[in-house]
Amino acid sequence: MTDLIDRQKLGYIAAQAADARLNVELETEGMTLNIGPQHPATHGTLRIIVRLDGEQVVWADPSAGYMHRGYEKLTEVRTYPQVTTLINRIDWLGSFANEVPFILAAERLMGIEAPPRAQVIRTILFELSRISNVGLFLGDLGVQLGAVTPVFLAFRDREYVLNLIEGATGGRFHPNFDRIGGLKDDLPSGWVDETRQVMKKLRGFCDEMEDLLFGNKVFQDRTRGIGVIPAGVAQQYGLSGANLRASGVDWDLRRDQALPLAYDQVDWKVWTHPDGDSFARCWVRLQEVRESTKIVDQLLDLLPSGPVMAKVPRIIKVPEGEAFVSTENPLGEMGYYVVSQGELGPFRVRIRTASFNNISIVPWVLRGVYVPDVITILASLYFILGDIDK
Amino acid sequence: MIAVDLPYWAQSLLRVLGGTVAVLLPAGTIVYLFLFKMMSFMQSRLGPMEAGPYGSMQLFAEVGKWLQKEDIQPENADKRVFKIAPLVVLVSTFLLVAVVPFGPDAYFTDFEAGIFYALAVSSVSVLGILIAGWSSANKYSLLGGLRAAGQLIAYELPMVLAVIGVVIQAGTMNLNQIVAAQNAGSMFGWDGLGNPYVLTQFVGFVVFMIAIQAELTQAPFDMPIAESELVSGYMTEYSGFRFLIFFIAEFATVGVFTLIASVLFLGGWGVPFAWFGWESLGDVDNWMNVVGPLVMITKMLALSGIVMWVRFSYPRLREDQLQRFAWKVLIPVSVVNIMVTAILKVAF
Repeated sequence: MTDLIDRQKLGYIAAQAADARLNVELETEGMTLNIGPQHPATHGTLRIIVRLDGEQVVWADPSAGYMHRGYEKLTEVRTYPQVTTLINRIDWLGSFANEVPFILAAERLMGIEAPPRAQVIRTILFELSRISNVGLFLGDLGVQLGAVTPVFLAFRDREYVLNLIEGATGGRFHPNFDRIGGLKDDLPSGWVDETRQVMKKLRGFCDEMEDLLFGNKVFQDRTRGIGVIPAGVAQQYGLSGANLRASGVDWDLRRDQALPLAYDQVDWKVWTHPDGDSFARCWVRLQEVRESTKIVDQLLDLLPSGPVMAKVPRIIKVPEGEAFVSTENPLGEMGYYVVSQGELGPFRVRIRTASFNNISIVPWVLRGVYVPDVITILASLYFILGDIDK
Repeated sequence: MIAVDLPYWAQSLLRVLGGTVAVLLPAGTIVYLFLFKMMSFMQSRLGPMEAGPYGSMQLFAEVGKWLQKEDIQPENADKRVFKIAPLVVLVSTFLLVAVVPFGPDAYFTDFEAGIFYALAVSSVSVLGILIAGWSSANKYSLLGGLRAAGQLIAYELPMVLAVIGVVIQAGTMNLNQIVAAQNAGSMFGWDGLGNPYVLTQFVGFVVFMIAIQAELTQAPFDMPIAESELVSGYMTEYSGFRFLIFFIAEFATVGVFTLIASVLFLGGWGVPFAWFGWESLGDVDNWMNVVGPLVMITKMLALSGIVMWVRFSYPRLREDQLQRFAWKVLIPVSVVNIMVTAILKVAF
């Protein structure tokens, strides 16, 4: 009897050993894949080093800095009005939005405030740059997932918004229009009516995207449940903007802080989504574009008359002090910490960009996903290289 | 039957020329009509407009451009294999067109096991893609090649199973006989339309179209190329002339596969609503050899239009979703289709 049991045991051990040997033989060695710096999915030169087991990511690490342009240092050798020219280029798809927090910080240090008309126009342009930025994201999302058509529709409709921005500011991508104490110019005649029409077109564009992309079964299969970021993790990694709202955190700086912008005068909603997956992030952005068009429409109605420039000295010297102002930019929270020593230019500027924090979650969220999902997740996190590398 | 006796060399020459035309003409038409123009209109732009009327000469300009480009080979590539790979893919297309009938006598070869041969040689292109991915010495190419191999093998099966239904119903594997069987057939005694198998074998037709969409690696099944993930998949390292061959092969294969689909399901070279009372292949008049190719091209364009339409409007599936779709949906459906066809065949 014992003999039999022993034999059984031995057989079991032998089988285990054979299995173990087989596993060792079948174990494939991993592959290190550099996604980027030149890769179609990284919108520029982000490099993500991933360690693959087959098509599964074991470990991922983003390596930023291939496009570092040294804005924080460059601002130290420029005067305050010159700085807006530079910081336009941080998030190049929503340039005007980059100028606003810096100007607000400088205004806070100087103790002045833009006149009401300038505040409203500033908010309108802020929202227009959000629409042009996030609208392009919606189209680009399709390309990342292999659908070629949405991106052309997005470019087509972004053109209208860029025309508006050009009409008001003279520049399509780099308006350089915001001034300490107000704006460079007033709106051109006819601009308000045109803007109303374009906002209608953009709501149509959002409906079109919802039909073409968000309602698509393949799209939903590719994005739902992919790259889930729970609310707690999102907050720990310092995500902001739509990435945070998609995790169910109701947090929007436009609503939550009192800045001299016109958001408190209009009726709008902050959309959140409980899922925290890639679909939620895309969906929240789609709703955000819709809300922005509504905000612009309402602001056009209550546009006050008056000057667009407060009384500021011809040569701007900002008094000694420190100020941090952050706003809800298209990509998330963007803030400028300005240290002034009472000279023509800032002594030190620290720029808090949204994308830099947003991609810090990449190693956490990419662990264990497949290569195609890497692209989905990166696309849905939505970063712009200039915003990461500064 | 055509009463012309050509010497063997002349026949061979005619076949080679005809085969080249039959591969390149559909490819060029599909590229211009669908890739250049239809896609552009769907995306609210004009597409090529400069070269020739409505940009119809654009393709020649593109070919000229590619021919001028440098033929770059990666240093670590297995050079000889790297060079052969695009040719292997293209040859598979040429082998495929050899059995497609364009008229009662307008065919290149009259195989008894025609469809069996077609399905067999269509998988030769997998080898070309796999060796292209492997020999490029590029990780993206490797991933693309492996994905392509997995995908093409997975979708070969539903394609074969979908064809079996047609073969059971026609009772022959000869493609020309399948055409004759469809056109000479009748539906419940009414023979006005013949009996195109798209009606009786509708499930098979849908499965076949989905399978060729995947075989052709067109979206939503284009992860072997997946330009946003894998740069260009197995084609990443190819440039100039060799990329051109891949490009031609891609669209020529669309043409040839849809030709085969129209033979199997849409009545081939027969004119819809008119078969002129012919009983079998032998009766068919000679003029059909001229009209037949035109009918085939029309049907081919209609079907490839569907393929391209889906390609331009759908995002890409993921590899595991694609495999799940093949093994859990398409294959069971086509097996059930075969069983139902067989039972009905025996019953009637």
